[in-house]
Amino acid sequence: MKKSLLSLTVVALSGLMTGNAFAEPSVDAYRAQLADKDANPGLIIIEEGGDYFKAKAGPKNVSLEKCDFGLGAGVLKGAYAQLPRYFKDTDRVEDLESRLVSCMVNLQGFKREEIIDRKKIFANQRKKQENTRLEAMAAYVAYQSDGMKIKPGSTHAKEKEAIALGEGLFWRRHGTMDFSCASCHSEDGKRVRLQPLVNAYNSHDIQATMTTWPTYRVSHNVVRNNQHRMWDCNWQMRLPDIEYGSDAAVALIAFLTKQAEGGTLNIPGMKR
Amino acid sequence: MMKPMITSLTLTLTIMSAGTAFAVDKDFTQINSKIDAMVAKSFPAGEGQDLSRLKQDETQKKCSVRANKPTATEAAEIMARERASIKYPESGNLMGDWKKGEKLVKSGFGMRIGVIEPDPVAKQKGGNGGNCYACHAISPKEVAAGNIGNSLVGYGKTRGTSAEIIQYTYDKIYNAQAFMPCSNMPRFGHNGIITAQQVADITAFLLSPESPVNQ
Ligand code: HEC
Ligand code: HEC
Repeated sequence: MKKSLLSLTVVALSGLMTGNAFAEPSVDAYRAQLADKDANPGLIIIEEGGDYFKAKAGPKNVSLEKCDFGLGAGVLKGAYAQLPRYFKDTDRVEDLESRLVSCMVNLQGFKREEIIDRKKIFANQRKKQENTRLEAMAAYVAYQSDGMKIKPGSTHAKEKEAIALGEGLFWRRHGTMDFSCASCHSEDGKRVRLQPLVNAYNSHDIQATMTTWPTYRVSHNVVRNNQHRMWDCNWQMRLPDIEYGSDAAVALIAFLTKQAEGGTLNIPGMKR
Repeated sequence: MMKPMITSLTLTLTIMSAGTAFAVDKDFTQINSKIDAMVAKSFPAGEGQDLSRLKQDETQKKCSVRANKPTATEAAEIMARERASIKYPESGNLMGDWKKGEKLVKSGFGMRIGVIEPDPVAKQKGGNGGNCYACHAISPKEVAAGNIGNSLVGYGKTRGTSAEIIQYTYDKIYNAQAFMPCSNMPRFGHNGIITAQQVADITAFLLSPESPVNQ
C-alpha cells in the first residue's frame, strides 16, 4: 500500500522533471512544480519517524520524548525553527541532527561512534535502501515546526562563532578541484549543467532552500536532511567524507540558516 | 612555442575578467587558523579517505581568506606562480586530437572519494574527465550545459587558431589562475585531474575547425 503510493508519485514526478529538462530552468518554476505537498511521499516517512521517536530503544530502553531541542524537554513544536543553537549540556552548538544524536547517546545510551558510523548513517541510494531511523526522526521533529519562521540562535558567543566559522569555511578552497561552496553558491542565476544553484547571499534564494529541508529527494527515493546535503556537496567537491554532525558540518548549517532567517518553513520539501 | 609571455593578451583578458567581479566582500584572515582547526577535527581519517586534499596550497589559502578577491600584489603573485607551474606535452604539440578532447570535455568521471559513493576504480580506464559542461556551453550539440563559466560555443571560429590563441587556450585549461587569480575554474593540469596530453586534446576540441564546437 505504502510502497505503491510512493512509487506512483515518484514516477509521476520524474516524468514531470524530464519533460521539463530543456525548458529554461527557473528556480521558482521548478520549485512550484514540486510543491504539491499532499502528494509528498516524505509525509509517510515523517509518520514513521514519529513512531521511531516515541519507541523505546537503546541500552537504556527509553524513547526520545524527553529530548530537549532548546525549548525544554519534550517540546517539539517550533523547536527546529530555532536551531542550530548552543546547548549547555553538550557545551556546543548543535543542529537538528547532531542534537538528535546527543539525545540518542545521553538518553538512550547508544554509542556516538556507532550512530555516526560512515557506513550506516545514510541510506544508500544506489542500493535503494530505505530511510535510516535517524533521517526519519529528524524529518519528524522538523515537521513540528512547519509554517514557522526560521530564527536560529545567534546571541551566544559560541553561536556567533559557529556562524562566522561556517561562513569562512564556505569560502575555503580545497581539494583537487579548487572548489569552495562559494564556487557554486555565491552568485545569482548559476547552474551546474541544468541544476539551478542556490546563492547563499540572496535572501530569497537561501530562504527557499533552507525552508524546504528536510526534503524528499526524488532521485534518492528517501527523505534527506541538512547533514546529508553537507556530505553530498563535500563529496561533489572531491573531498573526504565530512563527519556527520561535526563542528564543520554544523557551522556550515549555522551559517546557511542564519542567512535564511525570517523564511517560513515549508516541510517536507521535494527536490530532485 | 614553449613559453612566450603573451602579455598583451593576458592583460586584456584580466581586465575583461575584472568585469565579472565577485559579489561578496569578505576577509577571513583573522579566523583562518580556527577554520583550519575545525576542518582538521571534522574530517576523520579512515578507509577511503584522503586527508591530503584538505591541505591548501598558497593560492588556495589566499583566495580563501580574501573570498576570491586578492589584493593587487597578491593577484600578481598568484598569476606568476601559477604560470610558472604550467607543463607541456612531450611532443610540444599543443593541438592534440579533438575527438579524444570531445570525450574528455563531456565526462564528469573521477576523483570522488569516501566510503559512500566513490568513483569506482574499475571504471577508471579512460582516466578522469574534464566535466567542462558542468560550467560551460561548448558544443551546440550538448544542451545540458551549465553557466558558471562563459559560453565557449564557436570558440575557435571567433578566435582563430594563431599560435598565440593555441598557447593561451592550452595554458588556460592547464591552469586557469595563470590568467585570472582565484578563478572558479579548477586548475585542471596543475592539479593532476588530466594530463598535459589531454589538455592538448581539449585545446584541439575548442579550436579545431572540424570540431562540432566550431560548426
Ligand atoms: C561544484 C559545485 C558545487 C559546490 C562546490 C557545492 N555545491 Fe551545493 N549544490 C550543488 C548542486 C549541483 C546542487 C543541487 C543538487 C541537485 O539538485 O541535485 C547543490 C545543492 C546544495 C544545497 C541545497 C539547495 C536547495 O535548494 O535545496 C545546499 C544547501 C548546498 N548545496 C550547500 C553547499 C555547501 C555548504 C557547499 C560547500 C561545503 C556546497 N554546496 C558546495 C553544487 C555544488
Ligand atoms: C567549476 C566551473 C568550471 C569548470 C568545471 C570549467 N570551467 Fe572554464 N571557466 C570557468 C569560469 C568561471 C571562467 C571565467 C573566469 C576565468 O577566466 O577564469 C572560465 C573560463 C574558461 C576559458 C576562458 C574563456 C575566455 O573567454 O577566454 C576557457 C577556454 C575555459 N574556461 C575552458 C574550460 C574547459 C576546456 C574546461 C574543462 C576541461 C573548463 N573550462 C571547466 C569555470 C569553469
